[in-house]
Amino acid sequence: MKLTTTKRLERLTERYMNGGLDRRAFLGLAAAAGATAGLSMRWMSQALAAVTEVRFDGWGGVVQEAIDKYAFQPYTAKTGNKVTQGTFGDESEIITKVKTATPGEYQIIHSSGVEYYKRYVDGGYNSEINEANIPNMKFVMQAMIDPFLKITPKLSGVPYDYGTTGIAYNTTVISEAEAKEKGAALLFDPKYQGKIGGYGDMTTRVWYAALATGQNPNDIKDIDAVWAKVRENRDLVKKYWSSGAELMDLLAKGEIVVTDAWSGRVAALQQQGSPIGYLDPAGSYAWMEDMLILKGSPMAECEELVNFMLDPATAIAVAEGQNYPPSLDPMKVKLTEKIAKMPAFDPTGTMKSLTFADPNYWASNLDAWTKQWDRISKGG
Amino acid sequence: MSASMLSAADRRRPWLLLAPSLITLFVLMIVPIGIMTIFSFYEFVTAGVEKEVFTTANWHEFLTDSFYHMFLWKTIRVAGITAILCALMGYPAAYCIAMTNYKHKWLLLLLLIVPFWISFTIRTFSWIHILGEQGVINVLLLKLGLVNEPIRMLYTEGSVIMGMIHFLLPYMILNVYVAIEGIDRNLISAARTLGCTAWQAFREVVLPLSLPGLMAGLLLCFVLAAGSYVTPQILGSTRDALFGNIIFDTIMDELNWPMGSTLSLVLLIFLGAVAAVYSRYMGLSRVLKGLSG
Repeated sequence: MKLTTTKRLERLTERYMNGGLDRRAFLGLAAAAGATAGLSMRWMSQALAAVTEVRFDGWGGVVQEAIDKYAFQPYTAKTGNKVTQGTFGDESEIITKVKTATPGEYQIIHSSGVEYYKRYVDGGYNSEINEANIPNMKFVMQAMIDPFLKITPKLSGVPYDYGTTGIAYNTTVISEAEAKEKGAALLFDPKYQGKIGGYGDMTTRVWYAALATGQNPNDIKDIDAVWAKVRENRDLVKKYWSSGAELMDLLAKGEIVVTDAWSGRVAALQQQGSPIGYLDPAGSYAWMEDMLILKGSPMAECEELVNFMLDPATAIAVAEGQNYPPSLDPMKVKLTEKIAKMPAFDPTGTMKSLTFADPNYWASNLDAWTKQWDRISKGG
Repeated sequence: MSASMLSAADRRRPWLLLAPSLITLFVLMIVPIGIMTIFSFYEFVTAGVEKEVFTTANWHEFLTDSFYHMFLWKTIRVAGITAILCALMGYPAAYCIAMTNYKHKWLLLLLLIVPFWISFTIRTFSWIHILGEQGVINVLLLKLGLVNEPIRMLYTEGSVIMGMIHFLLPYMILNVYVAIEGIDRNLISAARTLGCTAWQAFREVVLPLSLPGLMAGLLLCFVLAAGSYVTPQILGSTRDALFGNIIFDTIMDELNWPMGSTLSLVLLIFLGAVAAVYSRYMGLSRVLKGLSG
């Protein structure tokens, strides 16, 4: 997206009027802007016009379709600026791409929360956003912002939505009563051997194994017991899925009858008429997603897009489309009934009812546990 | 003097003609392998972060960790089975195409190439609708009352091998076809004239002369199967992973590029060695020697 010269000068004036800029600096910058405008040549305007699109990478499927339909398309219609989109099935995949790309090639990532936020920071890919350019941040729950601030005092992204990874089950095979009674133990029930699925991701596997061994996933005392439980689950599982689309396909086709699943994807299946139930057992894995702006991105343009996405009207429409509650604080913004009925929705705006992964605890074990999970998943 | 200048130009010409290929090979193969080699001696710090210090830790881990050896062996076994099955299925098909009197032989060859018009990933995914619990085979068996519950065919080693055969069979058939097509038909006629039965003529003339194509097909199928990771990812369970999947996970999941580079080089060295052994012992020279004898 290209900011017009007028808009830049308006911002400059605003900063000066607000006292954020002294008179000397203001006059200097205004003169420089005038000189640039006066001396600009044809190729300069073409070069500037090149920043008329922003790159976005997300999770694809129904989630990205909702973002595209309710955020990007209206944004393009309003501003004329395009949003180029890419998708990934696993966030490590996009981190690998970012690592190999030149700074600025990838710009905004629909990142899956605090644990991954730390990975970007460790890799040196984080930027520093100017919150003044994202006035709609005032609507975002502080409880969602704080975990990110613990990692970087200056944010590189803005929390956008949240959800849970609960238990999805085929209601033609497993009754609601059985699901409620067994909860997460369904994933370890030999009765459903060969009909169980699961997300092929270390965090989810360790989280549910910790719950199954009666441990706090954010303070595991006996990791060997957890790995034993992970192996137990592995031997019962038919397929570890690797994307939301694959999860929906496996459940819809009846290849699996129970799996841990992303709440929004299950809601989408239910809306399509599939006989799928969903429950969040005690300690269910909750996560929050953010719109992460990477280092080297055109910051002003990215901030403007993120601000547009956080506009309550846009964020609510996206939330309803993707079936994940928005990061908007229900105490500040009136959310719709549909959102209030979504799994994981927290009406208090404090997020105290949800159990998130402790980013520092999980980050300190990430490498060793990921390696161990990769081995166990392959029969090790 | 003019002659010597022409001679110099003549000497340069092959290099000029080869230059695009050599530059492409250098940039797209030699340089990346060089970078991987350097990375394999870097130290892994944390996911996505490595330190540029010289260490042999990654190579030491590969050499001492039986997990990697097990998967290398498994990859050899699965790739070997796939290549042999491709040969068993592909040879008769190639023989029939080469020997047929059907005037539109081109049509048969076209049918061989048709699968390449569809994306490899889509072709692989199509097996889910054939082998799955709600797939064509299971639905048919259930409707015919031959089974009471769906048979598990998908997400097994068998489905991985089947997927790879689906992908590799045309390579085998084309290689063998070219070899059989190149055989002088007079040799077969001569064998029959000298009293050979049709089977003897095939065994004594066609089979030995088509061996270079068969061996080339076996090598190609083996190398491509051993380097495969998409097919096991889609059609196999995590237990059906091959060495390529280990590399993929190390790089993409663990974000451990130094170890991923080491494992990539191991596979490259192994497959290079297989190709070298083929060239030395199973190549054309052996067949030609047999002919001359």
